[in-house]
Amino acid sequence: MSAAIELHEHEDEEELPAWSLPAEAVDRIRVPVTLPEQVTREWAWGGSTGAGVRVCILDSGVELEHPLVGRVDRSVAVLRDDDGELQVVDDAEGDLCGHGTACAGVVRALAPDAELTSVRVLGAGYKGGGETMLRGLAWAIEEGFQVVNMSLSTTRTKYVERLHELADHAYFKRVLLVASAHNMPVESFPWRFASVISVGSHEETDPLTFYYNPTPPVEFFGRGLDLDLAWLDGGTLRATGNSFATPHIAGICALILGKHPDLTPFQLKSVLYQTASNAREAA
Amino acid sequence: MSDLEAAVAAGVLGADEAHRALLQATVEVARAIFGAKAASVFLLDEEADELVFEAVAGEGEGDLIGMRFPAGNGIAGWVLTTGEPLVVDDLSSDTRWSRTQAESTGYVPKSMMSVPLLVDERALGVLSVLDRPTESKLRLAEVDLLGLFANQAAIALDLLQRARRARAALAGEGRLAPLARVAARLEEDERDTALELLTALDRLLAATS
Repeated sequence: MSAAIELHEHEDEEELPAWSLPAEAVDRIRVPVTLPEQVTREWAWGGSTGAGVRVCILDSGVELEHPLVGRVDRSVAVLRDDDGELQVVDDAEGDLCGHGTACAGVVRALAPDAELTSVRVLGAGYKGGGETMLRGLAWAIEEGFQVVNMSLSTTRTKYVERLHELADHAYFKRVLLVASAHNMPVESFPWRFASVISVGSHEETDPLTFYYNPTPPVEFFGRGLDLDLAWLDGGTLRATGNSFATPHIAGICALILGKHPDLTPFQLKSVLYQTASNAREAA
Repeated sequence: MSDLEAAVAAGVLGADEAHRALLQATVEVARAIFGAKAASVFLLDEEADELVFEAVAGEGEGDLIGMRFPAGNGIAGWVLTTGEPLVVDDLSSDTRWSRTQAESTGYVPKSMMSVPLLVDERALGVLSVLDRPTESKLRLAEVDLLGLFANQAAIALDLLQRARRARAALAGEGRLAPLARVAARLEEDERDTALELLTALDRLLAATS
């Protein structure tokens, strides 16, 4: 899809500029969100509960009716049909690992009124993993979720180009991809792409403490150590990993978007930077 | 790498055992570094899409080798498929997992650190460290250390797999079996002469191509 078509989708009355900006068009691209002189956390998400924000959990599924997760608006799975084609279908399997439920619980705790959708991309075995993940991600982008939590990555170079295209497509479609960084010396994706928000872990206990990293590729650090998380069969479990720091940042993004739904991924990343624990003034 | 190159690199016969010992030493060191009750390596069997216990140190040592699990489910399956390390501290509260684990291995760990074994862009399996001491608070540096260590285990596992492929290629009806039979029949000094002949052939082919 070309950039021009993209812009036309957002058009209300007059045509928006696509490839150049004539003087008379300047008024038409007035940015809906004006940043204050000092972006504070109060400005960014004060009073927000994440209401109206649609968050997608791309993972092992989410257990329904888990007390720490609450309402799950929709559950789908990426499965192969009889002809071997990948399809996105409604899913009643719940969670095959516990991880997706844990991520959903973290988002719910931070953004209690956000809408949650589970896309199960695990369970098809290892072999189909990469294709399944790509199909699930493409679906999430087409569905227009504002935030997609991706606590997963691939090292397969054959998927990199398609994954990169999807990540850039999401970025311009206002679908924010929040992806776990690898804390191992390997090349993996999509977290290395500049169009996603990549997340590693810090060791502190406050869920709203997060840091901007001025030396990427890992751009933000969220809470990822010793967490009590929702897990299978209505239970909880204590765990550690970047894959849990990721939904912390996804949850904070949901809060910000609940208050400022017009922010683009670029603007949102900038707000995250300005409200990061190492970037704001001592409160 | 071709089967023949792999065969040569693996030193051909007896190498399987050496590589298995290397993998065993790797899990033993992993167990020692973290002061854990056990450490294990699962190998991915791509054909069957299953994880197979390949090496175990500590609890379960000796009984578990060869045991299989589906590759896409559970914590190890999640780690393998997503490529992300995971540390879980009170596994006993995961009743579904504990039950399966108890039924299959008889040993139910309380905690588990799992990390994927990645070589180049392939995931070969999963390294797990079970029941590290509860009194020591986990630091992120330990997770990083596990990641570094997994690199080493992945290389050991890769060598083991190459040696197996090489052996399969050289055994029975394998493509390279005649070559192995000829090599095995030759006395040591004859083998040197045969190798010189092959080297000369190689040079000739290089010159004509």
